[in-house]
Amino acid sequence: MNFDYSDDQKFLKNEARKFLDGNCTSAHVRKVLDNADLSYDADLWKGVGAQGWLGAAIPEEHGGLGLGRVELCAIAEELGRACAPIPFASTVYFLAEALMLAGSDAQKAKWLPKIAAGELIGAFATSEGPGVVNAANLQANVVGGKLTGVKIPVTDGDIADLAVVLANEGGKPGLFLVELAGAGVTRETLKTLDPTRSVAKISFSGAAAERLGDAGEGFALTEAVFDRAAVLLAFEQLGGSDRCLEMAKDYAMDRYAFGRTIAGYQAIKHKLADMYVKNELARSNAYFGAWALNVGAAELPIAAAAARVASSEAYWFASKENVQTHGGMGFTWAVDCHLYYRRSRQLALVAGAPKVWKERLVQQLERRNAA
Amino acid sequence: MDFNDSPEEAAFRIEVRTWLEANAPKKVDTKKMSEPEILKLAKAWQATKAAARFTCMTWPEALGGRGATPIQNVIYNQEESKFDVPRGFFDIGLGMCVPTVMAFANDETKQRFVAPAVRGEEIWCQLFSEPSAGSDVAGLRTRAVKDGDDWVINGQKVWTSGAHYCDFGILLVRTNPDVPKHKGLTMFWIDMKAPGVEVRPIHQMSGGSNFNEVYFTDLRINDSQRLGAVGDGWKVALVTLMNERLAVGGSTGPNYAEIMALARSTVTEDGNALANDAFREKLADWYVQAEGLKLTRFRTMTALSRGQTPGPESSIGKIISANQLQDLSNSAMELEDQFGIITDTAIAPMEAAFQQSLMWAPGLRIAGGTDEILKNIIAERVLGLPGDVRVDKDVAFKDMPTGR
Repeated sequence: MNFDYSDDQKFLKNEARKFLDGNCTSAHVRKVLDNADLSYDADLWKGVGAQGWLGAAIPEEHGGLGLGRVELCAIAEELGRACAPIPFASTVYFLAEALMLAGSDAQKAKWLPKIAAGELIGAFATSEGPGVVNAANLQANVVGGKLTGVKIPVTDGDIADLAVVLANEGGKPGLFLVELAGAGVTRETLKTLDPTRSVAKISFSGAAAERLGDAGEGFALTEAVFDRAAVLLAFEQLGGSDRCLEMAKDYAMDRYAFGRTIAGYQAIKHKLADMYVKNELARSNAYFGAWALNVGAAELPIAAAAARVASSEAYWFASKENVQTHGGMGFTWAVDCHLYYRRSRQLALVAGAPKVWKERLVQQLERRNAA
Repeated sequence: MDFNDSPEEAAFRIEVRTWLEANAPKKVDTKKMSEPEILKLAKAWQATKAAARFTCMTWPEALGGRGATPIQNVIYNQEESKFDVPRGFFDIGLGMCVPTVMAFANDETKQRFVAPAVRGEEIWCQLFSEPSAGSDVAGLRTRAVKDGDDWVINGQKVWTSGAHYCDFGILLVRTNPDVPKHKGLTMFWIDMKAPGVEVRPIHQMSGGSNFNEVYFTDLRINDSQRLGAVGDGWKVALVTLMNERLAVGGSTGPNYAEIMALARSTVTEDGNALANDAFREKLADWYVQAEGLKLTRFRTMTALSRGQTPGPESSIGKIISANQLQDLSNSAMELEDQFGIITDTAIAPMEAAFQQSLMWAPGLRIAGGTDEILKNIIAERVLGLPGDVRVDKDVAFKDMPTGR
């Protein structure tokens, strides 16, 4: 039985934490939060690129480090813990994974080295409005290699160089690569709940689009990319949940009320114990997702769903109860609790809401039973 | 990250499986058998295991074990769980009581008791909890008074698993009420068949009787039956509780798979129950919890496999599983709608498994540490939060306020 990080992976994770402790403090996160003109921390993005993290799971032949997905999960956990204000997920979990999953040799050779080198920011554009996009309501359309339609919201869409876009072509849904600096692309940055992660509305009017993967496979490929991203996002969520529990504990130990530290009151102790229980359930489910992603197991869809459901629940609970444990201080802008409260919502929605993933999980159970 | 055995573990697994295939008794339908009949089968199986040293495996060879590693013990339990062998009668004795005897008794006592217990010839129970001392077991009231070389014991224990078929027990009593509660306790071993010991079954809210009350009326024992020093009983009890076996077993009662099967065959107000959105969301939650617990056990096993001390993550197990059993059972009954009230096993779906679990689950949330105590343990021992204010810390036991 070998169901945990290896020593090497723990070393990598520890190195990542050290780097982020110095380069992604709450001041770095707040710089992006408080400045409406800043979409991300460009210095941190460069630093992360220099560490090789962007290409951690990209094969060496394409300029990456060629490590496994478990190593990428370890990095993700630390990024989540630090609330890193950079387009890492959009570029690595979505774009790079989509390219590695469905890209032609030429597409991989063209784009993956640029991702690994930190020369390119990615985005994944599926949503067109409130609710879930599906075959019946998908409007974006490609005719003769030109894309027309509106995608909203697109995480990191305002700063991305290359987007993967879900659109129909000749009545068949597909994924398309679109360079966002080209003609026929208009972008507008949107206000969101978590300003440390930027979001755009992108309007396409005849933008050049190149198909990624087979025609007609758009929704299946989107689901497959979401499965991969969900596992990696689960580790960011886990890192955030763990940090919330630490913050709540540290504050409770130092806060005195009615003559003693509030950490001694059962109302607080049980709240923190509940956080711990949810975090450990999330960790175990996330590890299973990491294993399935790393070996390309047939269990990936159900493992990803379980990881996403458990980690979304854990982070929501930990982030809201962390505010509560801090009392009035927790409701101020000055204390960091709201950074995690915001990020927990951003991460829970960015790859589809937990409710959607619960449904996907049950569908997998039904499929397993039918088999 | 993988789920594979190391080469040594794989070899041991094959050895265990081969032995079990050759030696495990054939499956018997125990539903119609009486407890003494099942106990007879269990004793025979325990003797077979002891002869091959597949019980108490981590103990030294001289005490009947084989000096096995904890992961070998887990591997054996995993493999044995695939066979339908009688189990459960020896866990408390060999897991908690006999290790306490081994740690604190003199050589003569160890010589007398350890081997027969390992072979399953004699069974041990643990006599700690009392009607007014549950979570706060150090507040127990059963009194032992010195009389020459003897002690005379009066009082009552409760929730004693297996007391009615046990031969011996370890008994925690109050020997000095004039000092604070933790300091006035002493541990003894006793003969459960001695005069002055009376075992009465408890009629549980679930209808069954899995536990007992044990009454002591002028029970007279010799001072040589003492385990540890007079007044050191709490220290001895902590050793007993530390020896609680690593819980790597399966769950008890129906889980997500059973309720999914029920839903598939149940019609509700808006069609098949399995098509109901609210039900599907709950089903996903149960799956995530149950799989999460299974995978958490794998993490514990990983630590053992690597020769490390497992982390505290296994402490989440019972809080999750007991509450889920209660919640899931109730949901299953509500799926059955009006029919859900029926407990007749001949009529109710799945032989009334959900109704039975609903009535059993409250006990599971209490036994072996209540939800509340387990959360305190996580908060204090895992997270390092301070203990609660102890108003009884420096008060002589006899001066402590008592309620019910």
